[in-house]
Amino acid sequence: MTGSDVTRDGMEGAHPGRDALTGASTGRRRRRRGRGEQAMVPDAEFSSYYGKPILNKPTWRPLDIAGYLYLGGLAGASSLLAAGGQVTGRPGLARVAKLGAAGAISMSLAALVHDLGRPARFLNMLRIFKPTSPMNLGSWLLASYAPLTVAAAAADVAGRHRIVGAAATAGAAALGPAVATYTAVLLADTAVPSWHEGHREMPFVFAGSGATAAAGLALACAPFRQTGPARRLAVLGAGLELGAFQLMKRRMGLAAEPYEKGKPHWQLRSAEVLTAGGAVLATYAGRPGHTGGRARLLAASAGAALLAGSAALRFGVFHAGVASAEDPKYTVVPQRERLTSRARSDGD
Amino acid sequence: MTDDTDASAATPGRSEDPVRGSALFGPQPDVAGEAGYTDAPARVGFFTDTSVCIGCKACEVACKEWNAIPEDGLELTGMSYDNTQGLGASTWRHVAFIEQRKPLGGQEPGVGHEDIDVFAAAGNLGTSPSSPGPGATAPEPGSAPAGAPAGEISPVAPDGRTELRWLMSSDVCKHCTHAGCLDVCPTGSLFRTEFGTVVVQEDICNGCGYCVPACPYGVIDQRRGDGRAWKCTLCYDRLGVGMEPACAKACPTDSIQFGPLDELRERAAARVAQLHAAGVTDARLYGEDPQDGVGGDGAFFLLLDEPEVYGLPPDPVVTTRDLPAMWRHAAAAAASLAAMAVLSFVRRPR
Ligand code: SF4
Ligand code: SF4
Repeated sequence: MTGSDVTRDGMEGAHPGRDALTGASTGRRRRRRGRGEQAMVPDAEFSSYYGKPILNKPTWRPLDIAGYLYLGGLAGASSLLAAGGQVTGRPGLARVAKLGAAGAISMSLAALVHDLGRPARFLNMLRIFKPTSPMNLGSWLLASYAPLTVAAAAADVAGRHRIVGAAATAGAAALGPAVATYTAVLLADTAVPSWHEGHREMPFVFAGSGATAAAGLALACAPFRQTGPARRLAVLGAGLELGAFQLMKRRMGLAAEPYEKGKPHWQLRSAEVLTAGGAVLATYAGRPGHTGGRARLLAASAGAALLAGSAALRFGVFHAGVASAEDPKYTVVPQRERLTSRARSDGD
Repeated sequence: MTDDTDASAATPGRSEDPVRGSALFGPQPDVAGEAGYTDAPARVGFFTDTSVCIGCKACEVACKEWNAIPEDGLELTGMSYDNTQGLGASTWRHVAFIEQRKPLGGQEPGVGHEDIDVFAAAGNLGTSPSSPGPGATAPEPGSAPAGAPAGEISPVAPDGRTELRWLMSSDVCKHCTHAGCLDVCPTGSLFRTEFGTVVVQEDICNGCGYCVPACPYGVIDQRRGDGRAWKCTLCYDRLGVGMEPACAKACPTDSIQFGPLDELRERAAARVAQLHAAGVTDARLYGEDPQDGVGGDGAFFLLLDEPEVYGLPPDPVVTTRDLPAMWRHAAAAAASLAAMAVLSFVRRPR
């Protein structure tokens, strides 16, 4: 309350709001950062409309869409392991990878449909062919890829129709890499600062993350003696994922900050630890000294860590993007800097 | 995912010339033609002159009524008179209120009137052009008496602290020349009309929500419960029968002006010049430049401060400008994934 009163003798007590300065608490503001976090860039002063976001944040449900990204990567890279396993005479590896690809892509599609505001209209995605829409191209891609993975898995399990199965396995392997990487374009092709600014490196991050997930699944489920390629893929994938991610953060300027704060921060830290740890463990499991139960146990834990690490990465990337859309700073400050430097270079 | 995809994405008119940019970026004098219409009517849009907005919200109400938009939360925000907060699925016009400790251009705050004999002044009412009779609210520019700025009513407080200005601005979908929402919509639900505007077809939208984060202005949104995406249609139904949009019709000060875009741009340029001449140096146009990151807005503004003060992005760029680069990087990443897999298998089997 105001604390002032009108009595018979006039006004008593002062109106505390009387000396308020118009606009003093709005407009320009300074942000304070969270506890114990390192400043990557100095805090910027900027204007906003009562601190309201400029962008409308994605309405996607985290579990559906981060899950869709994760399962797409797992499926796409698994198709490569499936084809490789088949060609090099590793039927156990091939079967796990084929089943994994078919299962993951089905769940990925289910998550995508579940996230729609009007799931019954899913097929409207295939009404047209529209290269400017990564989701449209992705739908066409999945519409061709998913049946191939299912055919490959079914032929393998049934042990019949070998020619059809081999053709489906080859087809799925041809489309797999695109399935694992187009989702990065899907995220980057938005106005969300922490996604868009990573549009060059994110496809590589997702390629690496898909590779580690597929390697993880194979390590966890395939016969140990056939998992050599999976172990090597885990190491290569982890290297690509972690390297590309560091590069991405370094190049994206202020938009890298949401990756270093709050929930995305610990998700991405866990992703790093799990992925790197999983790759090391996988290599260790493959040392000549390890055989039998001990090797299987090592491989299984390496696989679980790799699978979890890839999932954590997708969730971290998802949440960092949403955080960057929720704070007007990430939209205003880089755009303002762009205008200032353009004005400066026009001036000279 | 090969490079063929971006080649087809950018046809026709792929070349990046300054007059006519690519299909994804740059100026585009004929948006309807680009979208495949032959002899389309002139492109129309809004010029929202915020310098005359009085914050009455008639546009918000007219829009809600005409388009039968549902209520979307009755909250008190405690920030100014703005309880609407921003554009969204069920808010297609939004009036922003900004209070600033800053004088309006042409306004002289803190001018004392103690030495004026008000009774004598009243007696002179209507006898000279500098003292107009009842019915006139402000003196003509150039004929103002000392202390009363032309065309303005000078607000004065006893302590002389009158540095208040109140900015009001009615925001709306920009109907971008290169609209991110339209580019990314996978169903073709969002489309370009013959008037050059951008409209969602509610019978096609499947609520994928892709358009929401693709809009650089935070305009379009998904309606909860309904699931589909909604935004300003620039009253497509009214345009079809030759009427102006409901908000422009309802605006009592002509802050919202509707018309052919070329004409609006001319009118806007003249208005800025007029305001600058009157000392309102803050006046600037926002979104009218076909060279900007979205190829110019179909709905542009005259603002009195930086765009971000009104909640507008200072230099928006349509995200699909970078789409060819994104597909190229994705193709390279896909190739590296395949290469890694091959590498994993070619090593001597253990
Ligand atoms: S991108 Fe945003 S502002 Fe532009 S037409 Fe689409 S909804 Fe409107
Ligand atoms: S939500 Fe509807 S309008 Fe928006 S991109 Fe998806 S299908 Fe198109």
